[in-house]
Amino acid sequence: MTSIEGRKQRRRVIKALGAAGALGALGAPVAALAQASKLKVGFMLPYTGTYAALGRAIENGFKLYVKEQRGKLGSREIEYFTVDDESEPAKAPDNVNKLIKRDNVDVIVGTVHSGVQMAIVKAARDNNTLLIIPNAGVDEATGPLCAPNIFRVSFSNSQPGLAMGLVAALKGYTTAVTITWKYAAGEQSIGGFKETFQKGGGKVLKELYVPFPNVEFQALLTEIASIKPSCVYTFFAGGGAVKFVKDYAAAGLKDKIPLLGAGFLTDGTLDAQGAAAEGLLTTLHYADNLSTPRNNAFRLAYAKAYDSKADVYAVQGYDSAQLLGIGLRAVAGDIAQRPLLIGAMASAEIDSPRGKITLSRSHNVVQDFYLRQVQNGQNNAIGLAAKSLADPGRGCSMG
Amino acid sequence: MDLPIFLIQTLNSVQYGLLLFLIASGLTLIFGIMGVINLAHGSFYMLGAYAAFVLSGLTGSLFWAIALGVPLAVAFGYLLEWIFFSFLYRRDHLQQVLLTYGLILVFEELRSLAVGDDVHGVSVPATLARSVALGSTMTYPVFNLFISGVCLVVAVLLFVLLQRTRLGMMIRAGASNREMVRSLGVDINLLFRVVFALGVALAAFAGMVNAPASSVYPGMGNQVLIICFVVVVIGGIGSVTGALVAALMIGFVDTFGKVFLPDYAGILVYLLMAVVLVWRPEGLFRESRA
Repeated sequence: MTSIEGRKQRRRVIKALGAAGALGALGAPVAALAQASKLKVGFMLPYTGTYAALGRAIENGFKLYVKEQRGKLGSREIEYFTVDDESEPAKAPDNVNKLIKRDNVDVIVGTVHSGVQMAIVKAARDNNTLLIIPNAGVDEATGPLCAPNIFRVSFSNSQPGLAMGLVAALKGYTTAVTITWKYAAGEQSIGGFKETFQKGGGKVLKELYVPFPNVEFQALLTEIASIKPSCVYTFFAGGGAVKFVKDYAAAGLKDKIPLLGAGFLTDGTLDAQGAAAEGLLTTLHYADNLSTPRNNAFRLAYAKAYDSKADVYAVQGYDSAQLLGIGLRAVAGDIAQRPLLIGAMASAEIDSPRGKITLSRSHNVVQDFYLRQVQNGQNNAIGLAAKSLADPGRGCSMG
Repeated sequence: MDLPIFLIQTLNSVQYGLLLFLIASGLTLIFGIMGVINLAHGSFYMLGAYAAFVLSGLTGSLFWAIALGVPLAVAFGYLLEWIFFSFLYRRDHLQQVLLTYGLILVFEELRSLAVGDDVHGVSVPATLARSVALGSTMTYPVFNLFISGVCLVVAVLLFVLLQRTRLGMMIRAGASNREMVRSLGVDINLLFRVVFALGVALAAFAGMVNAPASSVYPGMGNQVLIICFVVVVIGGIGSVTGALVAALMIGFVDTFGKVFLPDYAGILVYLLMAVVLVWRPEGLFRESRA
């Protein structure tokens, strides 16, 4: 090497080192800045429409946990962004893009409606955004469309149905008619019930569907009276659940044909349903009277903070925050450390008001399902319908 | 399906059909007499339902809500015609569609601002909150019978108005031949205003009376609007008799369709419309224009 070329090379190396050093020096404050800056949490929930009360309960539950952690998760303060998805699948792609592209959120918490959830799942997969599902049970989200960055702390649609099918078969019911809204959540819930009910020797005589969010039940109630099955299984939630339970009682069917429901039929709706709901049997992964210290403390704190009774949606919101907190603590707030974050969340044991829960390989909850009965305006657990029920996660290629 | 169940489903069909007739009769009169395509008609149904919710909340009784709401609807219709629709008569259908579609959006936003976007229930009045036993298994809510009864009474009153009064005579004449009526010296502007107010009142009344049965929610007007247009198309534009027959037909097809062919229940009504259009394009009872 001649001395001129040697000098050129030295200059290049020094320039490169200098550039690297400058970037390094820049990098450190950026990382520190990221940890000091607020974590952006985007709520995509229904704040209007038939599921509005559910959306509010989820947000309340989430914020309650953050408040209990003195406003920080994993030493990061939280900045909230909200989008009202109106439970409208058609508007969902635009709505979720508002959170991802316009607000640049770090994590999306949403939603309730299974049709809207499909759009969110797709956007989360496309943009690799962290997504925590606080309710929507659409089977695909932890099935064929599962992904490392997608977590669900609620249930999958078929789970309550699977549990109630076992109960119905055990009770000796031989025939059933199902009725629900014609969309993903309704169809998958019925599918779960059919699977275990038929395995137990029962027969589903007819499946009745109502377009979402229609609540004109009269003709179908007459049809149920005409078929005279030994029981009726239903999935409705929110405003529709209130109307159905009242109409079922007004049609005189409540005392003649037992009504079995996925728990959403009577969760958050008992005040509006009144006497029409008394005695109804439902299956769900939560019950109001679970007398554990954790649940009692949670219900008390929720009632104090929001002046209303906690329901399963509040629990799911609360657990969404818990899961996020577990992940953030493992990475000391640096949400960019994806593999470590996801590993911590996937193996998390969450101390939920419903009991200790873990996640399956497809990132869905493994949990007990309680058989509940409405007694004096409360959903009281009267037994266990299914223990450690994991969603089959069919089609998920993770793990 | 045994006889009692068949009769109950017939009751359901008639109730739905009569309710549709109430709304569609206004639409067909407005379309037939004034020549205006009124896309905002479903919004009047929605506004009636929300009025019932608000007024029954204030007065504590559905009956008082209806008693206050109907005059409000008449006044509202009168003003609306005076301010907006009177400019539409000489315009072509596209402009009418644009204005009335804009009105749908405006009404939805106003409703959202005034009352919010939640789903609401209206309670059935205590005197009607019972059920009667029909057959061995089920009971039928008395309030649903009340809805059918009220719709039937209003239908009869509407027919009496159209067939036996001077105003009705002018309305029927206007539906047949507008220009002739004008040249005979009838104050056509006043006639149009009255017809429009009547149409709005009928739709709003239907919304009020059905609110306890159907719940009150955003978008309820749009669903009913489409079915009403189907009723008007099948029955014939401008014909109230046609609207009645078509509404009852749709009531039966929809109710029994849900029971016998649930997978196709959504499209049966439109299939019916297609069949009628192929057989008689002007509708079943269309009065031919001179």
